Amino acid sequence: MSKVVAHNIARFFLLILLQVLVLNKISFYGFLNPYVYILFILLLPFETPGWLLLTLSFGLGLSVDLFTGTMGLHAAAAVFLGFVKPGVIRLVGEKPEYDLTTQPTMSEMGFKWFIAYAATMTFIHHLVLNFIDVFNFREFWQTIIRVIISSVFTLLFILVIQYIFTSHKEKR
Amino acid sequence: MRNILAFIIRYNFMLIFILFESLSVVLLVNSMYYQRAVIQNAGNIVTGKFYSSVSNISEYLKLRRTNELLAIENSLLRQMKGMSFLKTDTNSFWVNDTLYRQQYKYIVARVINNTVGKRNNFIMLNKGRRNGIDKDMAVITSSGVVGTVVNASEDFAWVMSVLNKQTKISGRITKNNQLGTVVWNGMDQRYGTLIDIPAHVKIAKGDAIVTSGFSYIFPANIMLGTIQDFRVEQGEHFYVIPFKFSVDFNSLDYVYVVKNLFKKEQETLEKTTEAQGNE
Repeated sequence: MSKVVAHNIARFFLLILLQVLVLNKISFYGFLNPYVYILFILLLPFETPGWLLLTLSFGLGLSVDLFTGTMGLHAAAAVFLGFVKPGVIRLVGEKPEYDLTTQPTMSEMGFKWFIAYAATMTFIHHLVLNFIDVFNFREFWQTIIRVIISSVFTLLFILVIQYIFTSHKEKR
Repeated sequence: MRNILAFIIRYNFMLIFILFESLSVVLLVNSMYYQRAVIQNAGNIVTGKFYSSVSNISEYLKLRRTNELLAIENSLLRQMKGMSFLKTDTNSFWVNDTLYRQQYKYIVARVINNTVGKRNNFIMLNKGRRNGIDKDMAVITSSGVVGTVVNASEDFAWVMSVLNKQTKISGRITKNNQLGTVVWNGMDQRYGTLIDIPAHVKIAKGDAIVTSGFSYIFPANIMLGTIQDFRVEQGEHFYVIPFKFSVDFNSLDYVYVVKNLFKKEQETLEKTTEAQGNE
């Protein structure tokens, strides 16, 4: 259990650093900005209590906001993502009842489950984030296209990270 | 109470979500530079236009007073410049510019004696030859022409006021550039007369009269006054134009004595040319 907590704390900081120091500096074609930090919310254990889930989401979003100078933007999107997480899990498929230690990772839940889960979550997050950022519906389709392309990028990054960590585990 | 607690516990997920989400939105709204900039900019355009038009009007209304204050300040500054000190000041300020050669030198002086009630009025200044004041120099204030220096001693100057029978100043109506002569009829210290303007010229009350600058004594465009009335005497071809002096001769204090640095050259040129013509 403490190992899981330690893992999550480490992931929290590493993902923020990755997001702020690397990914925010890269702009693909000027507007594509993958937001990989949401992987932290994705990988929080199934048993995380609701209040903790939301608090951690808020803290994560706010931390990213502090670095990007967009106070509240990422916090709002991240809190929303934390809020929909239980629903998405119910939609995609619950974890097996008997296994208490199972994490919502690719290695433990399977590629198919994980990609459906991650894709849904990423899309929801990017949708909320982009519409708050743009703040009007005049450029609706333009925004939607941006959401979809960004989501694909983010998802690719998430899968790559998951793959790296999974293979690492297996090697050990 | 228990029900409320039960409600909070039951929906704590939802409530915490609402709490954090509204907190985020508050943060967002407070820092949304784009939206805030749009609103502020619109506000600034309106208030800025309003303020600038108000200040345009008030500035215009204040111009006269501002000019007065500036003139006062000018004289005070000149007074401080050492020019005004009677005994010791014999130096003058010279500009040696090959493009703009200085034609007029201004010496500030103080009126120490003045009359307005006689037919021929004279003014005494507290400076004389020692300060570079000499015969046939113009005397003006910031508001207009005062007179001409007729004599100067070592430390004092004797000025023929415009309020004098001898006064003949070349004047010009600014609106149509018509040349005339300013005289004083000896009646009212506030009004002078402009003569020698042909009767066919159109003039109006309130037109400004300034010096023409053709006299070697007065610089051009020094204010003389504004037209008060005009008439043509029977059988005459010229106007008689009473005008109000821009200078209040009864309250003269500091004046500038104007030295035309090219006067001698101009006069010599004129004399030699006339002499050639007479031959």
